[in-house]
Order: sequence, then structure tokens, then C-alpha cells
Amino acid sequence: MNSASTPTRWLDPIRHLGRAGLFLLTAISRMRLTRLQAGETLRQIYFAGVRSLVIIVTGGFFVGLVLTLQTYDTLSRFGAADAVSTVLALSLFRELGPVLTTLLFAGRAGTSITAEIGLMRATEQLDALDLMAIDPMERIVQPRLLAGIVAVPALVLIFNVCAILGGVVFAVFMMGSDPITFWANMQATVELWRDFGHGMLKAVAFGFLASWLAVYFGWTARPTSEGVALATTQTVIATAISVLILDFVLSAFML
Amino acid sequence: MKSSHQIELTAGVFLLLAIGALIFLAVQATDRGVVAAGGYQVTASFSNVGGLKPRARVSMGGVTIGMVESINLDPDTFEARVVMRIADEFDDLPEDTSASIFTAGILGDQFIGLEPGGSPEPLRDGDRILLTNSALQLEQLITRYMFDSEGDD
Repeated sequence: MNSASTPTRWLDPIRHLGRAGLFLLTAISRMRLTRLQAGETLRQIYFAGVRSLVIIVTGGFFVGLVLTLQTYDTLSRFGAADAVSTVLALSLFRELGPVLTTLLFAGRAGTSITAEIGLMRATEQLDALDLMAIDPMERIVQPRLLAGIVAVPALVLIFNVCAILGGVVFAVFMMGSDPITFWANMQATVELWRDFGHGMLKAVAFGFLASWLAVYFGWTARPTSEGVALATTQTVIATAISVLILDFVLSAFML
Repeated sequence: MKSSHQIELTAGVFLLLAIGALIFLAVQATDRGVVAAGGYQVTASFSNVGGLKPRARVSMGGVTIGMVESINLDPDTFEARVVMRIADEFDDLPEDTSASIFTAGILGDQFIGLEPGGSPEPLRDGDRILLTNSALQLEQLITRYMFDSEGDD
């Protein structure tokens, strides 16, 4: 908690990484499945997932709309406008769904998790829990980690549905494509496991990453209003960068 | 602030919504899709279907009226047997309708085009279309053109 006072500042990212890893190990090693935690996890799923629905639904719909608009325009120059549903579904399931959902999730839910835990730290609520012999790792950190792992894939699924509906609205209702061809081309090319299943694996990994970073930056925030503000910013930056890097790594493994 | 009961209920609805989305995507958007059961079946044999795939569209006069359900090889005649499902509203196609395999554009998918005949008898469920034209294969055309023009001289 004294990252600014050390002389070797360029080593800070590596120290952050080490601390984040140790933090995660502690959180997982103290995991016990109690009744209390299931209820708390569900509450966190509400705060992280349900509260993100508006941005995910709106975002997904317009991403589907604009993606279809752009590919339709390009593909129709080659007389291949029928392939628009294939392009839409494949790019959504494989990349855009998981990545964009996680970025939106980091901005909407990750920041509030960081600010919440950071303020708990600043107002000494975490110490109070400790004094009452309630492990804050178990009461605060673990439910939020689990909630992220559940909520992000759920949001990805909803995002994908909304984006495909956006694609249908543009291609079928606005450009007059044939709906049977639209669905048939999608069904003929998208494979359940290789395209859709791999995308959902990514979603689980991203959900874990996003909630881990959010909880970590909140946990280690300096207990001042400035420290909480900084931690919130760091959550967004770290999540965005690491999700994009992890996306490349996972894609390379899966293809 | 909502009560904890309400929050748990909303979270449950949210997860149900996600499961609904999962089922929708798995069934409607991937290759495990369940074909709509409406319409009636007709079959047609082609000596070569080219790149025709299941779920390709079946059209008449450029309008989609059905889709290809399955393609397999007839073990006796060694011809490709294509099963099509045609929407119920087009149940009065003449019995002597002919079927051809076309390509949509240069890069487009292949589809079946039906051409109505003049018979008063309609096609019924399970009937076979007798008049068929196979897929046009560019390589075959080129080969034939080259060798035919040599022979004509």
C-alpha cells in the first residue's frame, strides 16, 4: 500500500501483477461454500449483471445494426450480400460479443465494485468486519468474483441476441433481405462448439478477469478520496488492456 | 433500496433471461438449428449438386418458397437425391415443375430454382420432381468447350 514511495517506479506494473496474483490466491484459498455466500453472490449478480442490462441491450442492438450496415454495404459490391448474416454471427460470437460486453461491464460494474470496496477500505468497514471475526475476503471479495464469472457470460449471451436482432432489423426490415436466407446462411456456417462455445469460454475468462481486477484495485486503493478515484480509473484501463491482450492469446489457442 | 427478496428475484429473472438467450442462440443461430416443421416435402435427383448445401433456399421466379432439407447419394442410381421443404402456401405447383441448381452472383451460394410446368395436377407431399438440371460447373464447361472446338474443325 505504499507503491508511490519506492524508488524503482518502473517496476510498479510487475509488483502490481505479483500483488494481484497473491491477492487472488488468498481469495481462492479462503473459499468455503457457505449458505450466506450464495445469497450474497446472487445479490452481487443483481448489482453487476441486472444493473448493466440497459447498456448491454442498447449497446448490443446498435453494434449489430452498424456491423450489418457496414458489411452489407461492402459485401453487396461483390454480389455477396447474402453472406451478411454469416459475418455478423461469426464476428459477434467469436470476438465482438465477449470483448465489447466485458469493456462495457468494466465501465459500468467494474468501476462501481472498485469504488465500493475502496470506500469500504477508506471508511474502515473492512477492518470493522475483521474485528467482528468476519473474513472480508469471504464476505466481500469472493461473492463479487463469483458474480463476475456468472454475470459476464450471461450479459454476453444477451448482447449477442440483441446484436443479431439488430442485424435482422437492418438486413431484413430495412434492406429487404430474405429472412430465410439470413437465418439459413447463419445456421449453415456457425458451428455450435467451435464458434459459439469458444466464444462463451472467452466470456467466462473475461468475466473472471474483469471482476478480479475490479476487486483487486478496490482492495488495494489508498484510503483517500483521491486513492479511490485513481483505483477506479486503473480498473477501467487495466481491464481494457488485459482483455484485449487475453483475447488475442485465447483466439490464438482456439483457432 | 430494494429488499433482499426482490433483489434475489430480479437476479433470478436475469439468469433465466441469459439461459433463454443461450437456447435461442444455440438453436436459431448455429448448425444444430431445428428446421421448422411446416410445409411439404418434394424430392429431386441431380447428377451433380455442385456446392449446394442443406438449408439452401428453394425459389420460384426469384421468390423464396422453401429450403433444402437434406442431400444424399442414391445408392442405386448414384445420383444426388435432394429433399426440399416447400411452404404450405405454395401447394399448387404443377406436377411437371422442373428444378435447376443456380448460383446467386459470382460468389453467392447455390440454390434451387423451380420452373413451373403446365400440368393441372399439383405436386403433393413426398412427390418427386422428374425434370432436373444439374449445377453448372465452370471447369466442366471449359473442358467441354476446349475439346469440342477441336473436334469441330
